[in-house]
Amino acid sequence: MNLLEIEKLSISFGGVKAVDDVSFAVEEGSVYAIIGPNGAGKSTIFNLLSRFYEPLSGQLNFAGNDLLNLKAKDIARLGIARTFQNLELFEHTSVLQNLLVGRHVHNNQSWWRQLLFTGSVLEAELKHRRKVEEVIDFLELAHYRNHMISGLPYGVRKKVELARALCIEPKLLLLDEPASGLNPEETEDMGFWIEDIRRDLNMTVVMIEHDMSLVKEVSNRVLAIVDGKVVAEGSHTSVQKHPDVISAYLGDVQ
Amino acid sequence: MLKFIKRNFDMRILFKTNYKQDINLAKHSGQSFWYALLILIMFSAPLILDGYYIGEATRVLIYAMAGLGLMVITGFTGQASLGHAAFLAIGAYTNAWFLAQGFSSFVALPMAALLSMIGGLLVAIPAARMSGIYLAIATLAFAIIVEDLAGHLNSITGGNRGMMVDVPTLFGYQIWETWELYLFVLCILVVATLAVLNILRSPLGRAMIAVRDSEVSSQALGVNLIKTKVFAFTLSAAITGLAGAFLAHYMLFLTPQIFGILLSIQLLLMIVLGGLGTVHGVFFGAVLIGVLETGISIAKDSLPSSIGGLPGIEPLVFGLILISVIAFEPTGIYGRWVKIRSYMEFFPIYRRKSFKRQRSYLKTERLR
Repeated sequence: MNLLEIEKLSISFGGVKAVDDVSFAVEEGSVYAIIGPNGAGKSTIFNLLSRFYEPLSGQLNFAGNDLLNLKAKDIARLGIARTFQNLELFEHTSVLQNLLVGRHVHNNQSWWRQLLFTGSVLEAELKHRRKVEEVIDFLELAHYRNHMISGLPYGVRKKVELARALCIEPKLLLLDEPASGLNPEETEDMGFWIEDIRRDLNMTVVMIEHDMSLVKEVSNRVLAIVDGKVVAEGSHTSVQKHPDVISAYLGDVQ
Repeated sequence: MLKFIKRNFDMRILFKTNYKQDINLAKHSGQSFWYALLILIMFSAPLILDGYYIGEATRVLIYAMAGLGLMVITGFTGQASLGHAAFLAIGAYTNAWFLAQGFSSFVALPMAALLSMIGGLLVAIPAARMSGIYLAIATLAFAIIVEDLAGHLNSITGGNRGMMVDVPTLFGYQIWETWELYLFVLCILVVATLAVLNILRSPLGRAMIAVRDSEVSSQALGVNLIKTKVFAFTLSAAITGLAGAFLAHYMLFLTPQIFGILLSIQLLLMIVLGGLGTVHGVFFGAVLIGVLETGISIAKDSLPSSIGGLPGIEPLVFGLILISVIAFEPTGIYGRWVKIRSYMEFFPIYRRKSFKRQRSYLKTERLR
């Protein structure tokens, strides 16, 4: 069954067609990788899914919901979480506070209860904290729990951003270059985690990635886009061998 | 008893065994001890200090309350406001008007907060869609409109001739004495501070801080930007309105000129000096501004009149202090206090580097 279906999606910025007639479907419980050179429009697809951008045309379907009827703030509630290519953490708070913001969609306490911090708010806070601790255990962040973001090394920040997305308990996880800026060892760990997220947490993952070893390791299907257009889709071996993909990365053989 | 006090001076290693320890307002017994002591001293101050100093202290408390309101919107939600004097004005005039109609403070104070809240809502609905310099200009414009209105609504505010403020009444009891007003302000300030602290440890407060640090990712996490900003504006306006109501009692006589742009800037200055984004900062800033104002006026009297009589000494001193704080200690007095505390805690192994400012990583610009 397909969890996410994208059909004939297009958007242009000025005269540039950033995403041009892109269609693909992501099967529930799979890891789907999107590859392509810089500026191919990969992150733009994520930003369209997050509803930060309004598409020119096309359809976005997620588990029977038309995403185009929703606003950016409603996407997370539906069960779509994401990370950002260049990290969008809340710099001046602790790791724990960042992760607790990830629980925001599960909050249903009225503002006046929060103002008085009633028993039910305390109860809910403890529940959120337990969930956050599960994620902290899962990603081995216990050491950094009370650290401020603004002092953390890049690799840890990447993990915190992944953890924050997991706190939403999403059905679909969008990872924008999860391995960029990580050393080989950290990249390998990231591969294991993505595998665990798919298998143990039953989440579907769509990731944009340049590291082909990671793509090969974790993804079920790969989509290659160049200049906003789909050039190949299939298993990673077939996509990697595709002549258009090779020419996009290495140039044409004269 | 001595042993108990000594224990609160010693270095403390926190051993956490319960998630509630992270949620509780006082993080450990030492904090409960010191804050209880502080509140006790504050409440017994009228027994020790004479009327003049209690009056000055009342002014500091009113500043702190107004600063708390501004901190909610600027320090925690990251929305610059150059117009908070407007909410002070709304609160002050509403309070004075209701008291003049013969209502007690039980009606006048909530009405001051409520009308200020409505004012906040009026600004917030367009302002939630603006940010940065545009928001600053919009709030500034609002403040000018309110100041002008106060000057023209002669029948309600007395216009530019001004308006006398009746003393506050509770249960038919009239609060005449300085120390009585001081205690009244102190009680309300404690309640307001607790409310803000409660919000900060709740989902709404976290959403506010999330909006301040990254609008893009808070949206992706399901935070409703507009709702969060509107809530922050409204809460901020309510607290500032209450401060305005008490300011009216402190001033005894209201004119629109009190609520000019300078007051807004002074409030902003206060929270920046104290430390943006911390509740401590509000109080440090209020004390500093209060002490400075008193100090400058005393210094003016003792200086030869050719220097002391010059106009614009106050803005000069405030400006110099603001520039040096931004240049040398951007985290304000609270930031400095944290450093001093850690120096004492870890003496003699303080490491200067532990507070070195980190370089910030590249952030997504395209979505801004």
